[in-house]
Amino acid sequence: MDGTRILFDGFALLAMGSAGLCITRRNPVASALWLVVTLFALAALFVLLDAQFIAVLQVLVYAGAIMVLFLFVIMLLNLGRAAPTDLKGPLGLGVGVLLAGLLLVQLLVLRQAGPATGGAARATVEQGIIPTVARPLFTAYLVPFEITSLLLLAAIVGAVVLAKRKL
Amino acid sequence: MSFFLAASIIKIVVVFTVIMVGVALLTLAERRICAWMQDRLGPNRVGPQGLLQPAADGLKNLVKEETLPAQADQVLFMLAPIMSFVPALLTFAVIPFATPLPTRWGDVEMVVANLPVGFLYILAFGSLGVYGIVLAGWSSNNKYSLLGGLRASAQMISYEIAMGMSTVAVLLIAGNVTLTDVIAKQSPSLFTWNVFPLSLAYFIFIVAAFAETNRLPFDLPEAEGELIAGYHTEYSAMKFSMFYIAEYSNMVTASALMTTLFFGGWDIPFTTWDNTPPWTTLKTLATLAMFSAKVMFFLFLYIWVRWTLPRFRYDQLMALGWKVMLPLALAYVTVIATAIWFLHDGLGWTYDTRFALALFALNLVLAVPLFFVLDRGRIVAGAVAEA
Repeated sequence: MDGTRILFDGFALLAMGSAGLCITRRNPVASALWLVVTLFALAALFVLLDAQFIAVLQVLVYAGAIMVLFLFVIMLLNLGRAAPTDLKGPLGLGVGVLLAGLLLVQLLVLRQAGPATGGAARATVEQGIIPTVARPLFTAYLVPFEITSLLLLAAIVGAVVLAKRKL
Repeated sequence: MSFFLAASIIKIVVVFTVIMVGVALLTLAERRICAWMQDRLGPNRVGPQGLLQPAADGLKNLVKEETLPAQADQVLFMLAPIMSFVPALLTFAVIPFATPLPTRWGDVEMVVANLPVGFLYILAFGSLGVYGIVLAGWSSNNKYSLLGGLRASAQMISYEIAMGMSTVAVLLIAGNVTLTDVIAKQSPSLFTWNVFPLSLAYFIFIVAAFAETNRLPFDLPEAEGELIAGYHTEYSAMKFSMFYIAEYSNMVTASALMTTLFFGGWDIPFTTWDNTPPWTTLKTLATLAMFSAKVMFFLFLYIWVRWTLPRFRYDQLMALGWKVMLPLALAYVTVIATAIWFLHDGLGWTYDTRFALALFALNLVLAVPLFFVLDRGRIVAGAVAEA
């Protein structure tokens, strides 16, 4: 086993372990923190794929901004203390198992498709770290990109309307 | 490979030691400068000019009793000081502090880790420092601590956006996110230091940096008058000391960032002798001295501002962040991008002193209406004026 493989296994295990802890903790703050650990482990996996830009964005956007907002809301609503179990009945469990099964099937199908052959690494060397992501984003995928921004705008306007009845 | 490893380990140890000693001396400098501004003497009893005062304080904090509130979340309570302290040090890893040092085995870059995404790494880790404060506030199980933690998270998120947007302009000029490239772009002359072509970005950046480091006039998370001591109310001895060290490490890192992004990094003004190979030990030492001098100036600025300006009120802080800083940063990026596009593609100029001076002129023109609007009593108004 070479070094990259050992690192990959280590971070993959860390990601899965902390994801498991994230969904099993009673305490919302502990859950949120385990999710941060998961995000860091995923960032490390991106680095192993030579996608440093994506890795840094992962930390910057998810760990640095979104999870801080999560913690902010948890603290603001004072949900911090361990709550009694709120597991749903058999129906909720069934839907959950179904969705998990679907994800597993997806994973198996992707495995059939075979691994990517270092395309990202080659593109990074040829074009630099950011153009690899930026060029397709602003050329081939420009329309989806702009539609996403409209979606976000709609969400923001919706949040403002809900929060401030009197404008 | 083994040379790289050895060089890296030596750099890590040296940088860590220098920052820790620097932080200790900075606490003394803060008290002495404060005393000087208030026409007092300050601590001058321990050692010559009080130089051993930080050592005495450190020793006192080490042997003091550690208190652990009975109702606190034990694990997070212990973890919080560490989590506020580590990101501050990690950020420093990507800042280049001198020209490469030639050795018998090859040139050693004077930066702990020259990452290709160096700049984004700084933003990413800069945003993690808030965890320590938020968790300290929450885990203490104390309403004042909780309020401090809440304020810290809201404040950090608000000003981080303005900070990120203000630095987009720097990246537009550098055309790259590697910090060595950012410095290289600034080194041709004094006027290519980003503070000239991007003066307003620097203004936004420095305001946001003060907010991010929780220093006056933005030290709302620990506002003594309202929150006792905010997020670290329940902390004592070494754990309290670690928050203190974290605050000062953050100041050092923020000062180093201002130096790197806007003041040419290790570049010595009025000469281009230091910018080009062959690298010599003398160049390394001279640029290192220049970098330290610039960082120390910004550290002094931090202390100066702290003992000059009063604290914002919380609603003013939020209004300034969201209604002034963010729109300003967004508008500025648009204007500066258009200007760069026009000068570069429209007139076909390459980036040099002339280009920088043209942008500087634009900044001066923009600054006049801006500072007229930012005038007190117009936007940052008191409650009476708002009603």
